[in-house]
Amino acid sequence: MQEAMISKAKQLLADGTVTRVIGWKKGEFAYDITPAIFESSEEIDRDFVYDDFTSTNVSKYLVKESKKEGKILAFLKPCDTYSLNQLTKEHRVDRDNIYVVGIPSDGKLDIEKIKAKGITGITGVERDGETLKISTVYGDETMSVADVMSNKCISCKSKKHVTYDELIGEDGEVITSDRFDMVEKLENMTSEERYNFWRGELSKCIRCNACRNVCPACTCENCVFNNPDSGVENKAAADSFEENMFHIIRAFHVAGRCTDCGECSRVCPQNIPLHLLNRKFIKDINSLYGEYQAGADTTTKAPLNDYTTEDCEASIVHERGVE
Amino acid sequence: MQVNDNKEFQPLIVAFCCNWCSYAGADLSGTNRLNYPTNVKIIRVPCSCRVNPMFILRAFQRGADGVILCGCHPGDCHYTSGNYFTRRRMTLLFSMLDFLGIERDRTRVEWVSAAEGAKFAATMNEFTEAVKKLGPNRRLEDLRCRKQ
Repeated sequence: MQEAMISKAKQLLADGTVTRVIGWKKGEFAYDITPAIFESSEEIDRDFVYDDFTSTNVSKYLVKESKKEGKILAFLKPCDTYSLNQLTKEHRVDRDNIYVVGIPSDGKLDIEKIKAKGITGITGVERDGETLKISTVYGDETMSVADVMSNKCISCKSKKHVTYDELIGEDGEVITSDRFDMVEKLENMTSEERYNFWRGELSKCIRCNACRNVCPACTCENCVFNNPDSGVENKAAADSFEENMFHIIRAFHVAGRCTDCGECSRVCPQNIPLHLLNRKFIKDINSLYGEYQAGADTTTKAPLNDYTTEDCEASIVHERGVE
Repeated sequence: MQVNDNKEFQPLIVAFCCNWCSYAGADLSGTNRLNYPTNVKIIRVPCSCRVNPMFILRAFQRGADGVILCGCHPGDCHYTSGNYFTRRRMTLLFSMLDFLGIERDRTRVEWVSAAEGAKFAATMNEFTEAVKKLGPNRRLEDLRCRKQ
């Protein structure tokens, strides 16, 4: 796959279709891969990489990049195309300035899960079907891919590219996943249990803002959390209220626009399951206002920008579920 | 200061009322000499749609035990459709608060028209009673804001 992408990128650079390429760049170790912009085929030859650790969703970079001079080539995984579509719908990117090459993804690996198994000194990984061979400076290890798969890929919602100019490989299908299972489990707990669960999780928050910064839906020029008058500007939460508030508002601001790409939880250094908050909103929207997948198209109205006169009353929340 | 330990818990209720219907409704209940609890503190907003989720959270932070949002009846909004948006937003917000384990009866949306003074008073009486039963807000309070 990497070779096909490199040759495609070089070809498009050479024939002048694009002037830049956004993809992923090798880091110091085999697993610390970062998004990067390449401007020449030499750079691509030297640094371009696409492997089991290229999980970063590069769509958000296109907000700024698509406004620059010249077309940019973006390699997007299926989940990334949803984010791009949503950004196109919100007029946050200049879609005409982006050349999208859809690439298949069969799930990315979570380095933290590998490290948690006590494996260190990793020099490379090799995937063969469902088994994963990890070479380390202390010798080789093998394990099942499913054991160390990134959480966002375990509950993958779609292998279909919703927007692209060209595809490498075959396009997949929207798949039915069990992504709402955990939300449902929490809903069936008592209010006390839920409160304790979320206190346990949210109290770990160090307010690094990584969840906000990585989120392709969080593209406001001025974020409410950067407002000096808010009292919560760029500082660690001083009280349980601030932890709750940050996470409620963060999730609320992307409600109806979140494509469930799972980046928030992936980047969280404290492993807070932030995607559950987003999924709760998605689940509510689906059940109350009809099935809606943000980013699936560029025309339909977002649920919170829309209404019907027949909508349920807010009291529905008080009537359903466990007390 | 003397502390009376037998004192019954008195909740603080914040009521966001829209300028065109509910605030006038509250006014009507006053001119009609209807009783509603002094626990209720009214904040007038141009439209129920003006209420940002942050307002609700801030109210809890600063010591409210219950927050009620009142607006025009659906279809009667002074700005045509503001309260329809409110309805969706608040449904999702309340559902999220419930999901985080915050008692769901602390929040409510009620539609009160300018002619419904009696409904306003009844709603406030009932809501205050409901919040009184729940006791002080502890799950969404800011300890730094607690009155000594």
